[in-house]
Amino acid sequence: MHELLMPKDDRKQLLLGNEAIVRGALEGNVRFVAAYPGTPSSEIIDRFYQVAAEAEVYVEYSVNEKVSMETACAAAVSGVRSLCSMKHVGLNVAADAFMTLAYVGVKAGMVIVVADDPSLHSSQNEQDNRYYAKMAGVPMLEPATPEEAKAMTLAALDLSEKYQIPVILRTTTRVNHCRAPVTLGSLPDESPKAKFTKDPFNLVVVPMVGRKLHLALLEKLQKLQKEAEESPLNHSTGDGRWGVITSGVSYLYVLDAVRELGLTDRVKILRVGFSYPHPRKTIANFLQGLEKVLVVEELEPFLEEIVKVVAQEEGLAVKIAGKGGGLIPRAFELDSAKVKQAMKTFWGIAYEAPRLFSVPELPQRPPNLCPGCPHRATYYSVKKVFGEEAVYPTDIGCYTLGLLPPLGMADFLICMGSSVATAGGFSKVLDQPVVAFIGDSTFFHGGLPGLVNAVSHDHRILLVILDNGTTAMTGHQPHPGVELTAEGKKAPKVSLEGIVRGCGAERVVTVNPLQTQKTQEALEQIRNQMKDPGVSVLISKSPCPLFERRMTHKKQKVVFKVDASCDLCKKCLTELGCPAFVWEQTPTRECIQINAALCSGCSVCAQMCKSIQPEKIST
Amino acid sequence: MPLDNKAFDAIRIFFTGVGGQGTLLATRLVGEAALQQGIPVCLSEIHGMAQRGGVVESSVVVGNRASPTIADGEADILMAFEPLEAARALPKCRKETVLITSTVPIVPFTVAVGQSTYPDLAQLYALLEGSVARLIKVEAAVLASRAGSEKAANIVMTGVLAALNQLPISRQNWQEALRRTIPERFLALNKKAFELGWQFGLQV
Repeated sequence: MHELLMPKDDRKQLLLGNEAIVRGALEGNVRFVAAYPGTPSSEIIDRFYQVAAEAEVYVEYSVNEKVSMETACAAAVSGVRSLCSMKHVGLNVAADAFMTLAYVGVKAGMVIVVADDPSLHSSQNEQDNRYYAKMAGVPMLEPATPEEAKAMTLAALDLSEKYQIPVILRTTTRVNHCRAPVTLGSLPDESPKAKFTKDPFNLVVVPMVGRKLHLALLEKLQKLQKEAEESPLNHSTGDGRWGVITSGVSYLYVLDAVRELGLTDRVKILRVGFSYPHPRKTIANFLQGLEKVLVVEELEPFLEEIVKVVAQEEGLAVKIAGKGGGLIPRAFELDSAKVKQAMKTFWGIAYEAPRLFSVPELPQRPPNLCPGCPHRATYYSVKKVFGEEAVYPTDIGCYTLGLLPPLGMADFLICMGSSVATAGGFSKVLDQPVVAFIGDSTFFHGGLPGLVNAVSHDHRILLVILDNGTTAMTGHQPHPGVELTAEGKKAPKVSLEGIVRGCGAERVVTVNPLQTQKTQEALEQIRNQMKDPGVSVLISKSPCPLFERRMTHKKQKVVFKVDASCDLCKKCLTELGCPAFVWEQTPTRECIQINAALCSGCSVCAQMCKSIQPEKIST
Repeated sequence: MPLDNKAFDAIRIFFTGVGGQGTLLATRLVGEAALQQGIPVCLSEIHGMAQRGGVVESSVVVGNRASPTIADGEADILMAFEPLEAARALPKCRKETVLITSTVPIVPFTVAVGQSTYPDLAQLYALLEGSVARLIKVEAAVLASRAGSEKAANIVMTGVLAALNQLPISRQNWQEALRRTIPERFLALNKKAFELGWQFGLQV
């Protein structure tokens, strides 16, 4: 039995925040889950996928976040509790659905988990998604710990069902990827019966319906504000003339800072767990009698702004600081030391921060494309043919690491799918070759409209689709073009080459990038064709070796070695940059070797250098 | 080992290593042991892109603290699975910190291709020794090989940590945590690795 399906137990289990959300949803009888993976949210959909059959939950890896939200809301509109999860920027993709779903609402509970990533651990920006709740008029809960994440998932489902509106569960990386003891409650056994009641004048949003629904939403929000004001998720503790208002994981930093500064008896803390609609009365009551209030939150002054508004409306002279006054930084994660420093400055208390050790400059250890990664081979060949002159818009996935030296094959990136359309724009204004890179999963997610656009406008670009047969970076999740599965190799549900041709692209070639000469010949041909306007597509197809090994249990047969004929030209190091290579220099000798434990046997290096030879692995 | 839970307030342990070394498993083992002991615990992990050969950091906070992360200067113990990474994580330490490091360098790619040089180990240890209260160097790979696989170096390191008597966790609960964290087929090997680390830790 999967650990997330264990029966109710008084002993606690050590669960990841994301696992706690899954357990909460299961306890809350969620039977429909759809998501596109994205760090730090991926384990939510991954764990659901693992328990789907046993827990009788329909689970799908959707093609992107917008699709996941649309799919999941249909279930909730039909009376089946549903959940969709995404990383913060995923909500940008889903925003069109989200904004109007707020009007239309749901029948059964629907939770939208949105995982923000302050400090950009694995993201392109650190937008604060709490403003989406405010913009759409959707209630929002913000847990701080895995235990709360589970409880708030349940609370969000009930709230959603009671007010017939989806609810945002807003987390941050430190909640999603915190592992802590969680209590397991009981799992329901009754299956919901889906039923769709036709009601077009409330469910089909034409202008006359939208007008009515907007007014209804504003009315709902008034009731939800009252709900927030009465919610136990917003609570205050402590006593004194100084106050702190905080939410999410920042609450934990505040607790530790207050304890370590010895202020437990002098500070009143309002923890806001139900943060939209703003619990105005709760904030007003909290502010009464306080002199100085510090608002502690990561990223934007979302809470701080409403606290200041409430203080003004109540005519309170309390001093309020946070981002205002520059005490709490607006960029990156907080920690208890930053909070202590802010308290010291704001309240004028004694605190001496520990003296930090400085470290001399150390060699960097950046993440790198794995040994044998086909993306490296593709970049190598494209660089050989198109050189430094071409502009290389890129996209989001493992292959973004092509940015780093020695490959240096990334010139522009803003979001999922941007490679294709930005390439089109560059091609219209620049007199240089434009070659865009996109991964297979990202192409399905956000590249398709860009390709259709490029074809229809005759953009003179080469689109290289790096087809490694999986969604590698987030943990090898499937996508519509997947061929390798645990049950063996299958025809893809959606053929990548078929869909590219279906988009109207006529110059389409598929190569195996591990065959560098053939790949370069194909690229030469494409370069010649690019004298004419229009889109060329190179599908560079070779499975992610990590994924392939896991799926097929295929044993590696050879490793490669550098023999004595090596003339130390170092092209292997400066052009390929495979992490299996080791360069050593001692006063007496210099040599290049391949670490046999790291070599994956892809043979790309041997195709560029005669001094590299295969050696059979003895079994 | 006598356990004096009353005197225990909190311990923050910062883990650092290289992708593939089992840093997260070691983190989880400590968390599970604390849970078995019935003391408050929370762990923080970072998943995602860093695992492609980059630095992996995580933390365990045991006792009366709420936040799962560790600010600069706030680590009570630094567990480094690689000496260069021990130096890189030094800002997490303060002068009272106990630093446990594996002695086996993993050469970063930037060094392997000659873009930079790996620091001299003697100088590196001198820097660490001159900074923190206590430096414990563990030949984790040697001990792990003796247990049956070099890959169990993470468990050897955890055994050393367990033996230092900094955490109020009984031997029995460490054993239970091993059972709960390690798949059955690797359990015997990892128990041995833990034991070798434990014995080493008792002697330092």
